[in-house]
Amino acid sequence: MRKFLLQGLTSRPLIEAAPLPADPAVEELGRALQARLRGGLGRSLTIRAVDAGSCNGCELEIHALANPFYDLERFGLHFAASPRHADVLLVTGPVTRNMAEALRRSYAATPDPKWVVSAGDCARDGGCFAGSPAILGGVGAVVPVDLHIPGCPPSPTALLQGLLALLERAATGA
Amino acid sequence: MDLTPLSNADLRTAPLRRDHCTLSDWSSACAALDAGRLTLLALWGEAAAVRMALLDEGARRIGLLTLPAETAFPSVGRHHPPAQRLERAVADLWGLVPAGAPDARPWLGHGAPYPFLPVEGDSLHQVPVGPVHAGIIEPGHFRFTAQGETVVRLEERLGYVHKGIEALMTGAVLARGAELAGRTSGDSCVAYQWAFAQAAEAGLACPAPPRAEHIRAVLAELERLANHLGDIGAICNDAAFAMMLAQCSILREGLLRATATAFGHRMGKDVIAPGGVSRDLTPEGVAAIRAALTAVAARLPRLVALYDGTASLQDRTVGTGRLSPALARQFGAGGFVGRAAGRSFDTRRSLPYGPYAELSFVVPARDEGDVNARVWLRIEEAQASLGLLDQLLSGLPGGPVQSGLVPSGPAEGIGLVEGFRGDVFVHLALGPDGRIARCHLRDPSWFQWPLLEAAIEGNIIADFPLCNKSFNCSYSGHDL
Repeated sequence: MRKFLLQGLTSRPLIEAAPLPADPAVEELGRALQARLRGGLGRSLTIRAVDAGSCNGCELEIHALANPFYDLERFGLHFAASPRHADVLLVTGPVTRNMAEALRRSYAATPDPKWVVSAGDCARDGGCFAGSPAILGGVGAVVPVDLHIPGCPPSPTALLQGLLALLERAATGA
Repeated sequence: MDLTPLSNADLRTAPLRRDHCTLSDWSSACAALDAGRLTLLALWGEAAAVRMALLDEGARRIGLLTLPAETAFPSVGRHHPPAQRLERAVADLWGLVPAGAPDARPWLGHGAPYPFLPVEGDSLHQVPVGPVHAGIIEPGHFRFTAQGETVVRLEERLGYVHKGIEALMTGAVLARGAELAGRTSGDSCVAYQWAFAQAAEAGLACPAPPRAEHIRAVLAELERLANHLGDIGAICNDAAFAMMLAQCSILREGLLRATATAFGHRMGKDVIAPGGVSRDLTPEGVAAIRAALTAVAARLPRLVALYDGTASLQDRTVGTGRLSPALARQFGAGGFVGRAAGRSFDTRRSLPYGPYAELSFVVPARDEGDVNARVWLRIEEAQASLGLLDQLLSGLPGGPVQSGLVPSGPAEGIGLVEGFRGDVFVHLALGPDGRIARCHLRDPSWFQWPLLEAAIEGNIIADFPLCNKSFNCSYSGHDL
């Protein structure tokens, strides 16, 4: 492993087609996000992801935000293990009857000021699961939602765009 | 038990006849399951009947039993423990009581306080975890009983993401059914939509064109490869070896971007539909996929060498979370969970469909059943998928990608497709108007979740994330 790391340090980045193809759109979004973070919220924003009934597609894309292409943390955004440490609840899925209480408690455990972002088409109003007696509807049916990010699932770029929009809104006090 | 009266071939190739079985057929099936002569594929309820799909692994045949039932049916779980959770779900969703069942607690229904199994003994303590977990994963509850650090028992409680998918299916048109199938377990959307399409095409005796089947296989192998790469990294990350996650996620991202270029969606969702595929594969799409595959083929061996050569990582994975081959066989565990513990069943080889009969690939298998074996299985399957994709992209047949399937009914069919996690089973019944009368989707996780409870026993609680990730069962696919 030492050899592996040394190679990465002394020669080019480990990825042979170096540097990572930084997507200009991602880069720009991230910079804008960082500027807002510095202005309104100190230097960082902590996110707690809550799956309230998703099919796990959104979770895969939220995970992708941490990969070296998007590398969310370089912009001061991180995921926390507990809602008690979070500024933002990022909620996915329609809210199932069986997850409603857990979502309410996660919301109650998040300190103010807090924002709720719902991600994914089914998080808006139940999406393709709307009408099922096993769900209560979108995230807004259970906790107040500040922003919705559409997509099935939303791409990592769409998730970044959404977080930026949230910060714009928070900064203007809307 | 002789399955001949029920099927004379692989049931996926033709419409199903709907024959009711007798109580004695049902009992002899239970006895055959108990004796290990048959493997339980699925058990589900419908209006006034309970149905069971069985696999005869030796003869490579699938059989189906339908027992009329108004309020109750003889429990299969009392003879064959793998059926217990399926029966509890039948009771929750259909009100059909498994008579004589050893566990009468609800499973997917969460209306009342849930009595966990009692534990008695010296110095035991309990650790409840979930449904909201520390990581970005799906919700479920784990109740650990530990003595010191050692897990004496893990009891799972699932059902938190039950969305009523099967109820939504009822009365829906085929296209809507395919949409829901693709959102049953998001990481397996291709496998689900293929199995759903297969069931519809079998029921209507209208196979998809060869080019469509090839494109489906391309999507399925991309899905398998992307998931295996992501999970190899994530398992190592759960052993605090973050570099592997970073490296693997680069390869995974490359595959997702290529899939988006070729099919318009990063996970290939909604490309497969009953009758064929909604989008043809263009030369540009092929080129994008090939470029991503070349990157994976170039970098994967170095990552494998890194895994194999890092003693501190191996120290965490070797011998951890061991699943016994006997349990894997009894539960009919599919995918890498079964194949890492001696059950060498892969639908692509054992009951081939689509283009797989014409392709050459190895189905890796191991006996150790530990986290390390599951990691290696995924590495070897990823390598096999690279080979398969190369063959598929080189040998794409020409012709249409849609058969012009017209839904009609009544008709019934089943689908069985090897997803990255294991075999996804779909039973589909269409009514006289061509709309869905009943659709049952069985995720491979149904037979893997209970084995996680067995595999963690005797391990320390701190190794649970590692064991859990090495199984990577689906919550949503299971909870429906």
